[in-house]
Amino acid sequence: MTSYLIKNASILGGAPTDLLLEEGVIAQVDTGLSAKDAEVVDASGLVALPGLVDLHTHLREPGREDAETVDSGTAAAALGGFTAVHAMANTDPVADTAGVVEQVWRLGREAGHCDVYPVGAVTVGLAGERLAELGAMADSAARVRVFSDDGKCVSDAVLMRRALEYVKAFDGVIAQHAQEPRLTEGAQMNEGELSGRLGLAGWPAVAEEAVIARDCLLAAHVGSRLHVCHVSTAGSVEIVRDAKARAAREGGWSVTAEVCPHHLLLTDELATTYDPIYKVNPPLRTSRDVEALRAGLADGTIDVVATDHAPHPHEDKDCEWAAAAFGMLGLETALSIVQETMVDPGLLDWAGVAERMSHAPARIGRVADHGRSLEAGQPANLVLYDPAVRRVVEASESASLSRNTPYAGMELPGRVMATFLRGRPTVLDGKLQ
Amino acid sequence: MKRHLLSAADLSRDDAELVLTTADEMRSLADRPIKKLPALRGRTVVNLFFEDSTRTRISFEAAAKRLSADVINFAAKGSSLSKGESLKDTALTLEAMGADAVVVRHGSSGAPHRLAHSGWVRSSVVNAGDGTHEHPTQALLDAFTMWKHLGESKPGGLEGRRVAIVGDVLHSRVARSNALLLRTLGAEVTLVAPPTLFPVGVESWPVETSYDLDGVLPKADAVMMLRVQRERMNGGFFPTPREYSRRYGLDARRMATLQDHTIVMHPGPMVRGMEITADVADSARSVIVEQVTNGVAVRMAVLYLLLGGAEPAVGGEE
Repeated sequence: MTSYLIKNASILGGAPTDLLLEEGVIAQVDTGLSAKDAEVVDASGLVALPGLVDLHTHLREPGREDAETVDSGTAAAALGGFTAVHAMANTDPVADTAGVVEQVWRLGREAGHCDVYPVGAVTVGLAGERLAELGAMADSAARVRVFSDDGKCVSDAVLMRRALEYVKAFDGVIAQHAQEPRLTEGAQMNEGELSGRLGLAGWPAVAEEAVIARDCLLAAHVGSRLHVCHVSTAGSVEIVRDAKARAAREGGWSVTAEVCPHHLLLTDELATTYDPIYKVNPPLRTSRDVEALRAGLADGTIDVVATDHAPHPHEDKDCEWAAAAFGMLGLETALSIVQETMVDPGLLDWAGVAERMSHAPARIGRVADHGRSLEAGQPANLVLYDPAVRRVVEASESASLSRNTPYAGMELPGRVMATFLRGRPTVLDGKLQ
Repeated sequence: MKRHLLSAADLSRDDAELVLTTADEMRSLADRPIKKLPALRGRTVVNLFFEDSTRTRISFEAAAKRLSADVINFAAKGSSLSKGESLKDTALTLEAMGADAVVVRHGSSGAPHRLAHSGWVRSSVVNAGDGTHEHPTQALLDAFTMWKHLGESKPGGLEGRRVAIVGDVLHSRVARSNALLLRTLGAEVTLVAPPTLFPVGVESWPVETSYDLDGVLPKADAVMMLRVQRERMNGGFFPTPREYSRRYGLDARRMATLQDHTIVMHPGPMVRGMEITADVADSARSVIVEQVTNGVAVRMAVLYLLLGGAEPAVGGEE
């Protein structure tokens, strides 16, 4: 196996340091390192971060291979600096059995761009009626620890309670897509002045906040782990903040939360174009919500940035708003948007980025070999990122099979120059290996 | 005027007044022995209707034909929502046929906007009603009708006039377009509805709002009753149709509180006995049938101004 000597990398934004990667691990971290058989990577000016971990990725395989495959989706992930992704369960067939999660896990290993951790469905067929075989998925080769009906909410309070209780047996976590279904029937965009003006059915903030509040109370009641997917409103941030304070006082239960890059950058004003490239669930909110989400991510109320990378074929977006699918690409632009919205304004330093995009998601997903510090002896999963360049996003350049990026034509800072997975470059010189 | 008419907000005050005065000229045609103008000879107008609306379609068809345009009626069964042909493919078909204007009615808010701005077609797009968004030509014909009765058919004639729009504002494209256009023309609009049938954020609209119909009626110069669609009756927006009628329906008792000059309007189709009683709909104050007549003149004006260019529409005798 080729060794790599990374020269002059700025670890978490610190002073230039060398890293020697050998046999899949970080062998040495020091200045002035040399190794005669190693391939040298000049990382001058580049920030080194632990390989990013996404808690929320839609890889679409099996079932919608026209939108994305495990191979194409993980290639996009590697280009975005990710070394591990959690593949959501809303495939066809749904990932609600050991067989399907093992298939997705195996496809990830074969593709080799990054590690794939399948998320198991909470309920059979995402139907919200009875629990899927959570234990079988946990015991499978895929070792599932994150369970979610994402795309749909586990809205039945009893079912949610049982799920939270049941996964305690194998240290699992329920990742809830918080959306009160009756309050969001036919919903198209954030409910507010704009939805009224545009005549698009509203998705009110309370439909998210009411479920989060209930779930926090349930998690406290049964002493379990709750993870809140894609928090999108200022009110949700407040509820999670209060719940975390209570969990810290009481112990024995926990709540974690994620925010998506698009909710940190984009607002519902974009719906005035009626271009469904901006249609996503939960919807883009107001600038007040964006500010609250940034603040919540900065102070740790929100633990994680997760992409909710949601590929869709062209025809599902090249139509009228109501007919279009919800979702947008995210893997290849996530780090740039975090730089734009958090690092450059001074809300988060690079250590904070490593925490929110690598350490914390790995902890929540119980992923042992990712999210580790860049120290000797640790698995060599890392990303080299150039924060100084600026680039214009071109949809056609994506490794994803889909093109539904809302950032096309937008200038964003930064570029992933290299990604290493267990010491092997999956991306080098900004190109997929 | 802009190249498309997608929203009443696309019209400046000058644009809107121009449509009204042009429509007035168009209406005078009805008194001539030959009711047809050559203005759009050789031009093609496509009526693209994804929703059934015979009255609006016929109105546009009559308007285009009186301007000598070729008219193609395209009743697209189902939108891409119901997995029929997509809006895009339908649009490309029309483009291939060489449509100069596409008049589109669609169940999805923003569909005409997509048609106009996605590069699918080069024609002018006229919104003939999209979802719960807008219906700008309905607002123009309503404004025209008010302008004839209350505004002495003169520019600025609706300045300061008070218009009450009553009913299901939440789902009404007519209410949205009317609120915008009447404001542009200087009228004062009061929306009246039960709280469940106001959109979120209505307080930022350039209108007054009220839950109390009886308090609004004596001050109004025009009262526009909106249809309450059957599906809303089961949607929990109000307890029963009977209670709705009692609180928000226009009956003879309420009509008696109106000023002498006040007119009663309805965009149709009416649900008699629900939002309006038969004796009100058929009363001397009712201009509901006249609205239909004016619809043709206003749509002629819109098509003419979007497609016809600079020369006067109604010249000397042909």
